[in-house]
Amino acid sequence: MSVQTQIHTKPQAAARTAPAVPNKMVARDVKVFYGAKQALKGINVEIQENKVLALIGPSGCGKSTFLRCLNRMNDTIENCRVEGLIALDGEDIYGKGIDAVQLRARVGMVFQKPNPFPKSIYDNIAYGPRIHGMATGREELDEVVEKSLQRAGLWNEVKDRLREPGTGLSGGQQQRLCIARAIAVSPEVILMDEPCSALDPIATAHIEELIDELRENFTIVIVTHNMQQAARVSQKTAFFHLGDMVECDDTEEIFTNPRDERTQGYITGRYG
Amino acid sequence: MTVTASKSHYQSEEFARRLRGRYAAERNFKIAGIAALALASMMLVVLLTSIVSKGYTAFQQAQVRLEVTLDKAMVEERNYTAILRQALYAQFPQITDRTGKRTLNELLSSGAPYELEALVKQNPAIVGTTQTVWVRADDEVDQFVKGNFPRTAPESERRLNDAKIAAIDAMTAKGTLVQAFNTTLFSAGDSREAEQAGIWGAIVGSMLTLMVTMLLSVPIGVAAAVYLEEFAPKNKWTDLIEVNINNLAAVPSIIFGLLGLAVFLGFFGLPRSAPLVGGLVMALMTLPVIIISARVALKSVPPSIREAALGIGASPLQTVTHHVLPLAMPGILTGTIIGMARALGETAPLLMIGMVAFIVDIPHGLTDSATVLPVQIYMWADSPERAFTERTSAAIMILLGFLILMNGLAVFLRKKFERRW
Ligand SMILES: Nc1ncnc2c1ncn2[C@@H]1O[C@H](COP(=O)(O)OP(=O)(O)O)[C@@H](O)[C@H]1O
Ligand SMILES: [Mg+2]
Repeated sequence: MSVQTQIHTKPQAAARTAPAVPNKMVARDVKVFYGAKQALKGINVEIQENKVLALIGPSGCGKSTFLRCLNRMNDTIENCRVEGLIALDGEDIYGKGIDAVQLRARVGMVFQKPNPFPKSIYDNIAYGPRIHGMATGREELDEVVEKSLQRAGLWNEVKDRLREPGTGLSGGQQQRLCIARAIAVSPEVILMDEPCSALDPIATAHIEELIDELRENFTIVIVTHNMQQAARVSQKTAFFHLGDMVECDDTEEIFTNPRDERTQGYITGRYG
Repeated sequence: MTVTASKSHYQSEEFARRLRGRYAAERNFKIAGIAALALASMMLVVLLTSIVSKGYTAFQQAQVRLEVTLDKAMVEERNYTAILRQALYAQFPQITDRTGKRTLNELLSSGAPYELEALVKQNPAIVGTTQTVWVRADDEVDQFVKGNFPRTAPESERRLNDAKIAAIDAMTAKGTLVQAFNTTLFSAGDSREAEQAGIWGAIVGSMLTLMVTMLLSVPIGVAAAVYLEEFAPKNKWTDLIEVNINNLAAVPSIIFGLLGLAVFLGFFGLPRSAPLVGGLVMALMTLPVIIISARVALKSVPPSIREAALGIGASPLQTVTHHVLPLAMPGILTGTIIGMARALGETAPLLMIGMVAFIVDIPHGLTDSATVLPVQIYMWADSPERAFTERTSAAIMILLGFLILMNGLAVFLRKKFERRW
């Protein structure tokens, strides 16, 4: 089952779709509270299919919080409360019919610090397909592992040492391993929280290329602190500030012609 | 270093003085550390030397060689005492009077006839023949041979009279009285007679007790730790439970013994002195230790591993069983072994549930009367005989051996399975 066909056979988002490009995910008036503290103050964002949306903004403005709402990772944080609507293909992901565990297979996540399992490279990739029963038998699993590693651009580097521990790879390779691991379960959306912040420039360039390739098959949301990176990899950019989404537009538009002066201040480096 | 007129702060006299002060402080700290280590090692050496020097002789036991004629009639009457005595008298043809013979009788252990009986039972074909057998000597003879009773004291103050000493010397010279490895110590249960006493009964009792302890406390403790650490909401109830678990770990062990007495013996009517009850009490005592160490081990698994698993759609239970628990296992194992080692050395709670009884038989089941190693040590230490003094030290050495083995295993497992992130 290829990811490609899976996406295209999905019903289109029901409500509030932009005419040309279908919205993969929609957030409406999303508010998040950590206990009494409000971290997000009503976010409205459309995430378009097969595009890269970059979330930028100063530290602590709620980018990670928003990202973690999209696959309900916030459920694992005690006293975190989410209000508002978030829909995936038109279906409320916080609704009754949705299982958070299954949702996370559809909306995968790559974290700031590479976090491979302390297992072999092979087992790192194979774990997801195994628990979701996506591959029956050895050969199918081998195929999934190879394909995922190829897509993550890691296959040639590790194909001779699949049995070696994933933690033995370099930082950049580990992060690509984590991306491959996320891809292996055929998600529809991939969330990346500052995936390059722990990497050197060469590894970063590698990942950026990879993101651009992955866009063909996946919808990607990436948090980044690096303006150039946002400009390079994304088609859409959303600027967050103190729990608000200040503006969200085509990346080019945001970087050349920001409407809000806070956005302008941030991208020109006046604060951040 | 040349001192120029424009001295910077780092080249000044003042700074050099500070530097000297810093070096002195570091040196003093190092000396204090080494001194503390030396003191601790010295105490350990003193302890071990005192135990070993007192106890090593217990691994040997005086044995008497006899040419016994296994007369058929006497065997049928089970008169092994007479058979042995005949053989002994034969070695001293010159002694014919009753007093002299009584002195000779006292050379043999009162358990010697049973040894001979066991031999005959094992091999009935030897009945009617003459055989060379080795039987245990009496513990006083044994102690005398080991030099623990001075022969220079006046006869009235000596435990062994001149006649006995003469007999011992004669037998030693002939080679019919020798020191041999004390197998009894490792194969017998307790006895009133030191030369017949062994710690095998206590070892079996300890093993049965520990087995019950482990089977109960490890699964319950690990499950409780996993629930508290990974699933339970953090609220005032779990806080309360946590405080109580920490308190329980510090409760004196005798309290657990009293609890066991009241609940397991008093309420449930389980048998006294049984490894089953001992194990239950020890399990209660070890449970908090295991829960605490397992929680520490679970906490030390980086949260990023949990996020990674959850992030690809593993359920919380899958996350724990597939990733967190295996990674925490070395720590859990270490904590468990250390808890078990503590339970192995524990005495007080077992006194309360009657495991301090004098038990000769080797226990065969969880409800048989039994004692455990440290309690055996406690009881032997209470015996006045010189032979029990050395056996006490020997038993301590064996207990220490087990403890070192267990702690060594804990270190080994930690080293083997420990992971670096
Ligand atoms: N687990 C948490 N508990 C309480 N407050 C949190 C938690 N995570 C984040 N916050 C708070 O929410 C706000 C947004 O954080 P975050 O989403 O991590 O920001 P960003 O990723 O944009 O730097 C910050 O003020 C932060 O202190
Ligand atoms: Mg963040």
